[in-house]
Amino acid sequence: MRQFATIRCTINGRDTETSVDVRASLADMLRGEYRLTSVKKGCEVGECGACNVIIDGECYNSCIYMAIWADGKNIRTVEGLEGPGGELSEIQRLFVEEGAVQCGFCTPGFLMTATAILESAQGGQKYSRDDLRRELSGHLCRCTGYENILRAVEKAVSRTLP
Amino acid sequence: MFDFEAVYEAKSVAHAVELRVRHPEAKILAGGSDILIETRAGKLAGCSVISIFKLDELRGVSMDGDGTLRIGALTSFSHLTRDPLIGRCIKVLGEAAGTAGGPQLRNIGTIGGNVCNGVTSADTASTLMAWDAVMEYAGPRGVRRAPMREHYVKAGVVAIAPDEILTSILIPRDSYERCFGCYIKYAMRGAMDIATLGCSVNVRLSGDLGTVERMRAAYGVAAPVPVRGFSAESVANGQPVSPETINSAAAAALSDVNPRSSWRASRELRLQLAEELTRRAFRESVIRAGGIL
Ligand SMILES: Cc1cc2nc3c(=O)[nH]c(=O)nc-3n(C[C@H](O)[C@H](O)[C@H](O)COP(=O)(O)OP(=O)(O)OC[C@H]3O[C@@H](n4cnc5c(N)ncnc54)[C@H](O)[C@@H]3O)c2cc1C
Ligand code: FES
Ligand code: FES
Repeated sequence: MRQFATIRCTINGRDTETSVDVRASLADMLRGEYRLTSVKKGCEVGECGACNVIIDGECYNSCIYMAIWADGKNIRTVEGLEGPGGELSEIQRLFVEEGAVQCGFCTPGFLMTATAILESAQGGQKYSRDDLRRELSGHLCRCTGYENILRAVEKAVSRTLP
Repeated sequence: MFDFEAVYEAKSVAHAVELRVRHPEAKILAGGSDILIETRAGKLAGCSVISIFKLDELRGVSMDGDGTLRIGALTSFSHLTRDPLIGRCIKVLGEAAGTAGGPQLRNIGTIGGNVCNGVTSADTASTLMAWDAVMEYAGPRGVRRAPMREHYVKAGVVAIAPDEILTSILIPRDSYERCFGCYIKYAMRGAMDIATLGCSVNVRLSGDLGTVERMRAAYGVAAPVPVRGFSAESVANGQPVSPETINSAAAAALSDVNPRSSWRASRELRLQLAEELTRRAFRESVIRAGGIL
């Protein structure tokens, strides 16, 4: 027996409504229904962070988040970081500048964690290099560009300081 | 897509209990960071689930009228770590929660799920055990409470009836007043790793800080389920605050644990860890309590 549910949520600032299979993950819904293909499926068991999105201000791996839970939530993906003309956000530009993107598969997940870090840094939260390492530790980069990624995030955080 | 037979969504605690009565074969789905992984792995494929994730009434930490600290079963690891009441009454529980998985995992994993999976490595379980936590369940016959030790039956099995759910974890006032603790997770990696051994110790010192009024210890991955260190405790209680007291409690801990060898580590390494981590966690607890060593 297939069961469906109506899910109303805000995705990248737009109010949306769709009907999903109750067995779907949020990653299934974002990729399948909304074509938000920045949301990657790396491991699908919560280990790699490639599917990471921001829900109501917190980072979640959308491969182990049920689509039905998204009802009423505010969801953000990398597609929502771009400016109105499709221009890259500062954190995306810093990833490019620092050579933090190789094959790019892990990049969207890292960018959303970096975005959450930056928003809390703008709110006054202080981060040491070790804090940043810890905050980024839920992501795997198979191209192992960790140092460059860390440097990009560190630079972005330092620019939030007055 | 998850291979579920059916998904039921609870609208309230009473509704969750009703769904439990109607579908006794269905598993409770909280944050899903165990169930969804096991479903993907095929171990639970084809099962039915009752999702309680959206029951916000089970989230957060509060204080009952009698000073009992009440932790909602759905409180996530990261919310525990940030909660001011946890910071004031049982800071070590927030620290223990902060050692689980990575940042995204800590936003989804719940404390209720951590103790209902019956797993010995659960990072919050040893601390809850060491602070005499009380489990509160809701069922068709009303509310039931049980001490944490009765909650664990054997590896992977907890004493929750098929028609019940865990609603809160309680820390009685006598259990946290003037108590200071420390949790040490020994693991191969600094993140995204399961404990090789976990040790949680807490102390209450006498008013002059010279005597160990009460010491409590508990261990994860030292036995099939989290265990208390009663021998270590009895050696420490009432003794002067001193390195000798700490060393003899650490040695006594060896008779409290019975670890096994696994691909992660041998029994021998785990025994060494049980003694050494007791020493370090006890020492740190004394220092946090203001004691001088
Ligand atoms: C990548 C990854 C890393 C991890 N790292 C760690 C780690 O370092 N340390 C650690 O301790 N754990 C770790 N875990 C395991 C898991 O995240 C925790 O055990 C978590 O606390 C489970 O909670 P949940 O709500 O997400 O689980 P769920 O899967 O929803 O539930 C777990 C079990 O408890 C039952 N249950 C849940 N809530 C209730 C309730 N209120 N009443 C009755 N039964 C209930 C469920 O039926 C299920 O059997 C990790 C998991 C993943 C995927
Ligand atoms: S795909 Fe979700 S964490 Fe790897
Ligand atoms: S850039 Fe290839 S996985 Fe990170």
